[in-house]
Amino acid sequence: MSYRPLFGMALWLGLALGLGAQEKPQVFTGAQIIPIAGEPIAHGVLIVQGGKILAVGAVGKVTLPAGAEIHDVTGKVLMPGLIDSHSHVGSGSGGDGSGPIQPDARVLDSLDVRDSSIQKARAGGITSVNVMPGSGHLISGQTLYLKLRAARTIDDLLIKLPDGTNAGGLKMANGTNSIKAAPFPGTRAKSAALVREQYIKAQEYRDKIARAKGDPDKMPPRDLGLEELVEVLDGKRIVQNHTHRHDDILTVLRLSKEFGFKVVLHHVTEGWKVADEIAAAHVACSVIMIDSPGGKMETRDLDWRTPAILEKAGVLVGFHTDDPICDSRRFLRSAGLAVRAGMTRKGALEGMTIANAKILGLDGRTGSLEAGKDADFILLSADPLSVYTHVEQTWVEGQKVFDLTNPQDHLYAVGGVGAGESRRAQLCCFTSAWDLIMSANEGNQ
Amino acid sequence: MKNFLRSLLLLSLATAPLALRAENLAITGDTIYTMSGTALRHGVVLVRDGKIEAIGAADTVKIPAGYRVLQAAVVTPGLIDAHATVGLSGLLNQPQDQDMWEKSAPIQPELRAIDAYNAKDPLVAWVRSFGVTTVNTGHAPTALISGQTMIVKTLGRETDEDVVNPAAMTSITLGANGLNAADGSPGSASKSPGTRAKAVALLRAELIKAQEYAHKRDGKDEAKRPGRDLRLETILRGLDGTQPFLVTVNRQQDIVAALRLAKEFKLKLILDGCADAPLVLNEIKASGFPVIVHPTMQRTYGDMENLSVETAGKLHAAGIPVALQSSYESYVPKTRVVLLEAAVAAANGLGFEPALASITLDAAKLLGIADRTGSLEIGKDADLALYDGDPFEYTSHCTGTIINGQVFADGPH
Repeated sequence: MSYRPLFGMALWLGLALGLGAQEKPQVFTGAQIIPIAGEPIAHGVLIVQGGKILAVGAVGKVTLPAGAEIHDVTGKVLMPGLIDSHSHVGSGSGGDGSGPIQPDARVLDSLDVRDSSIQKARAGGITSVNVMPGSGHLISGQTLYLKLRAARTIDDLLIKLPDGTNAGGLKMANGTNSIKAAPFPGTRAKSAALVREQYIKAQEYRDKIARAKGDPDKMPPRDLGLEELVEVLDGKRIVQNHTHRHDDILTVLRLSKEFGFKVVLHHVTEGWKVADEIAAAHVACSVIMIDSPGGKMETRDLDWRTPAILEKAGVLVGFHTDDPICDSRRFLRSAGLAVRAGMTRKGALEGMTIANAKILGLDGRTGSLEAGKDADFILLSADPLSVYTHVEQTWVEGQKVFDLTNPQDHLYAVGGVGAGESRRAQLCCFTSAWDLIMSANEGNQ
Repeated sequence: MKNFLRSLLLLSLATAPLALRAENLAITGDTIYTMSGTALRHGVVLVRDGKIEAIGAADTVKIPAGYRVLQAAVVTPGLIDAHATVGLSGLLNQPQDQDMWEKSAPIQPELRAIDAYNAKDPLVAWVRSFGVTTVNTGHAPTALISGQTMIVKTLGRETDEDVVNPAAMTSITLGANGLNAADGSPGSASKSPGTRAKAVALLRAELIKAQEYAHKRDGKDEAKRPGRDLRLETILRGLDGTQPFLVTVNRQQDIVAALRLAKEFKLKLILDGCADAPLVLNEIKASGFPVIVHPTMQRTYGDMENLSVETAGKLHAAGIPVALQSSYESYVPKTRVVLLEAAVAAANGLGFEPALASITLDAAKLLGIADRTGSLEIGKDADLALYDGDPFEYTSHCTGTIINGQVFADGPH
């Protein structure tokens, strides 16, 4: 084990050099740039510094800062880092089997940042992700919006809001996933009744707090679940709602209207049947592109034209992997298949980036290449909608977190022995060259 | 219940294909991948009575009067899915449409796909809409011996009419999915095999039993001959190679175990899955056995943990015959589409033409049906797929599927 301190030193040295380099402006020049904000630039230049975008424009039209580090990326395609508005990378969890409503449970307290699924997401070009608890509850817990920076602990991935809290939503579900044996609801009507009851409790809890006017004697006892629902009622936390069937979609819209909470519809399998109603409610959709319909009764009418139909109705449409349902490494495929089924190219690319940023309330900092936004971007070998295109590099806030030419990153990108493993057993007498690579990699993550 | 049945009926009507009877066709393509030679630029395929009548450059093949002309940017042979569960594992994923897994015992080779295949399941039409014309479908790789596969055209008519080979292979699964104790699902009658070693022991015992059965059956004394045994008869067809074993193995030790069995019993196997194949390429190559590689986009769970999108390419580069498959999914997607799986393989080391071959001619050879389908040659079945661009591109569409000269065009997919 004598090599370990050496690895530690190398790591710190690398980190120090990395930080040093970050201070210098970095210029990426020659690529076709798809800024999302504005038309594509055939030969573009992107300048980043201190984790932020300084400038985006055509080669020759943007002044290059002195002392900049130049990356010639001629022939590549450069676009904003992808945003996945619904994923389960990191093997997180939410509520347990004790009941259908558990807004107190936090993904924050369960995520394994060294899970290989997170590096695979980086390999897929994903720079921001909404990690959700499952859909087996009416309310399964608090979701977490993450930046996929290089990370050793969960704290390295968090997105801090101006008030110091962690960005995240609330996961809700309706339809058959959350219908099961008591104490869970047995029908759709009961599901809605339980949710209404809970939000009424939250309204009363909020009112009690307001009436107390800060007097500790008049304050209701703290309730972790109701506190989160009050955030939802106050519009601070967006409800991310799993829903498939058209009548379930309408139920979500009805509840959202009754309690005035912001909601995003997820999966939206039958969204094509009620696109106008969704548009009229000004509610956004996060759509999953699955290879075939079915798998359960409520997804038998899945149609790849859903994103196109929603787009045409004027609905904000994003995409998600629901990883591991769809592989994060093939996330761009969602946009390709949506275009195949009639969505505009512009809409599909926005659905991978800025639309999802809006869905998560992060569009002020990411989702497009604009001066002042976070330097979250990816380098592609060719057009983003082609099956033959590879994600070559992924950058989060000006730091490279994935590079296809790095053998270890290549392994995560294509698969193979070691790519599925998050941790290797640390056995004293069983080390190999492979273990050395893996231990170094664990340090990097 | 009545309403439920009615809605099911409506669903099946809504998804029923607009199939026309076989007609005389002239299919013109900007590019025609015949798979029997170099691609034709500006070519024509003539179809008469369900068979390919002529094929060649547009200026050499005269289109006879009365032939219906279809145009496409790209024409390929009808796609072949070398291992599927469509028609047995239905779209709804409800108990009434899940016939790919009989849980009452770990060894049931007597189960025939033909007795379960539902030609009208919407997933059959779904894969057809991407150009898939032939599937080798059957019992899922979920038990030590789960049953037999059949090769069927995706015409979606009466099952028997569409069949190419009613009993193509017998499915064996080694590794975690072949273990009953790992299942734990209700209805599993047996707790054995619970380990890899036990699974192979049971399998060897079964093969030996079949050999002894054959010996007794062929004995001179008629009175001592055993009664018919459907189970052992099936095993015997595996032993003599007339209905080979399709062995699903993903971990390297399971691949090697399959090769060891093959040596002991002089079996000719078709290897299936093979996620760990890059670790034992030499051994697979030496065996001479072909491989039906796992779906490229399969999830990386359990025995599939090491799967790589480059495996198909590595096997091909090593000279090992390769076909691709949609395999089996217990949840979503209820079926994969072999075209989309081949697309990802094409982009990750396999390359365009080998990837196309892995779902056309190479798959046909592997399934023993290359005399009928898999390439565009005079006299073969008129099975074709039409596309408006590179078939593998996410944004291309399949604009028509032709099976035995029948045109299916349910709109671009």
